Amino acid sequence: MIYREAGQFKTTYRADQAVFPILQDRVALLLILLGAYVGIPMFASEYLVVAILIPFLILSMAAIGLNILVGYCGQISLGTGGFMAVGAYAAYNFALRVPELNLIVVFLLAGGATALVGILFGIPSLRIKGFYLAVATLAAQFFLDWLFSRVQWFTNYTPSGSVAAPPIRIFGYYFGSPAERYLLALLLVTIVALVAKNLVRGRIGRSWMAIRDMDIAAEIIGIRPMFAKLSAFAVSSFIIGISGALWAFLHLGAWEPLAFDINRSFNLLFMIIIGGLGSILGCFLGAAFITMVPIALNQIPAMLGVPISTATASHLELMIFGALIVFFLIAEPHGLARLWAVGKQKLRLWPFPH
Amino acid sequence: MERTRPIGDVLLQVDDISLSFGGVQALSGVSFDIRRHEIRAIIGPNGAGKSSMLNVINGFYHPQQGRITFKGQTRRRMRPHETSSQGIARTFQNIALFRGMSTLDNIMTGRLLKMHRNFLWQALWWGPAEREEIEHREHVERIIDFLEIQSIRKVPVGQLPYGLQKRVELGRALAAEPELLLLDEPMAGMNVEEKEDMCRFILDVNDEFGTTIALIEHDMGVVMDLSDRVVVLDYGRKIADGSPDAVRGDQKVIDAYLGVSH
Repeated sequence: MIYREAGQFKTTYRADQAVFPILQDRVALLLILLGAYVGIPMFASEYLVVAILIPFLILSMAAIGLNILVGYCGQISLGTGGFMAVGAYAAYNFALRVPELNLIVVFLLAGGATALVGILFGIPSLRIKGFYLAVATLAAQFFLDWLFSRVQWFTNYTPSGSVAAPPIRIFGYYFGSPAERYLLALLLVTIVALVAKNLVRGRIGRSWMAIRDMDIAAEIIGIRPMFAKLSAFAVSSFIIGISGALWAFLHLGAWEPLAFDINRSFNLLFMIIIGGLGSILGCFLGAAFITMVPIALNQIPAMLGVPISTATASHLELMIFGALIVFFLIAEPHGLARLWAVGKQKLRLWPFPH
Repeated sequence: MERTRPIGDVLLQVDDISLSFGGVQALSGVSFDIRRHEIRAIIGPNGAGKSSMLNVINGFYHPQQGRITFKGQTRRRMRPHETSSQGIARTFQNIALFRGMSTLDNIMTGRLLKMHRNFLWQALWWGPAEREEIEHREHVERIIDFLEIQSIRKVPVGQLPYGLQKRVELGRALAAEPELLLLDEPMAGMNVEEKEDMCRFILDVNDEFGTTIALIEHDMGVVMDLSDRVVVLDYGRKIADGSPDAVRGDQKVIDAYLGVSH
């Protein structure tokens, strides 16, 4: 009854094209942002911020990047972990070798470097699609893993291969506490989500989706497949690169190449499949889901008084993920985001569905 | 039928086009022209090379031999995106819509070539980028009005019935404001009512927008009613060319359709 758009008339195309055309959605978004920017830094516990919210935000950003490529442009990629590693090591090296650079510039440069690598590994997509492209991007993952563990220049010749991020200092302000780092991640994720949304609903997003849905027809109405595909690889890798840099700098602090292995790639692919291919909201839902499930599996049995061992919990986690992925692929390939949209549609008509 | 725009000079001229795939000769030595503002039908039995001809015209296939002159410009080979920027649009025999996108977005893709705001403006969605989007939206809305598909504006095209999908596909082609519109079997698989609607749209497009139309169609009633001139292909060769009445009486055409022992 509350979720009703009666009386909200759209009189301009501008209003009709708004991201959130319904008033209730705008209010809800405002409340969520208010909570995220003001409420959480004031009241959330350090554990919540460090162990859940920061990883959730950064993984959401990476999922947005991947979703642009897979969900919007239809090019499968299994190299996300590798691209995050490019972002992380690029940021590390820029910060190390040009210490006077502002950290925001470092993150942008890391994104740019990853975009270049993404374009390079996206070139095969001009000739191959589907499984074959997946294998080509898998090669990117293994190559990049190898590169960062074997070529010691990238890790500044540290004997263990593990590197540490410099202190997070932007415009002379030191982001030391978890809440401050959380706010930085939140700000960047907000910007990336907004930019991504603008891109996918505009001209370039339509050309990506056209390539995804039917590449021949897209070519005949005048879209150049090369430009559309490589721009998707570039934008996607740029975002993934920044998220990789944030993952290393804000979340891990110190890391080794193993932090960005193939599991990370699969993890992110699961997020966008469960969250919803071709949906920005889905990236957040998927990231929330994948970050929460392991924690829930750890906590809930204990709360219910049925303690299960950590090993059992991690086995359960894998089994539940597997089952969910199969379920979503069969039942709702558009994931949680579609479920949410269907729910809203039903709510608009409730309680008179006819 | 009276028309507001008289048939003009030659818009497209194909000369001596030959196309083969390995050992299969799809087209051999086909020549014909299409004049401005006319409705030109291409007919022929299955496998005659009609769709191949359209694919050659819009640059999807590259003929081994022959020339195509469009708006006075002669070309040997061209990529599809180049022909579309020159003003050739088309629809497909089996619908080639972007199924995951709404009707509105599908038709908006037809405007892609006319949108020029760069990447950064789009990322900001502000000022010029937003104005450009709205400007094109207005054009698209005129097409939506014209095709009477207002009610399905926001529906993903994958959920639409076949007849409406065909209409959306026509809308997407029209959005590019083409000078030459290629329609590959626009009425295939439709019932009588849908066919009548589609005929009306084709005539209106031709009349109101002055678009030149080349269409492939198997429904002879439709072809004879709509078209100004008909070219008939059989086994990749042109066997007749002329007014609907002349073609209808042509013995070679009758033989090709009914089949005679060669």
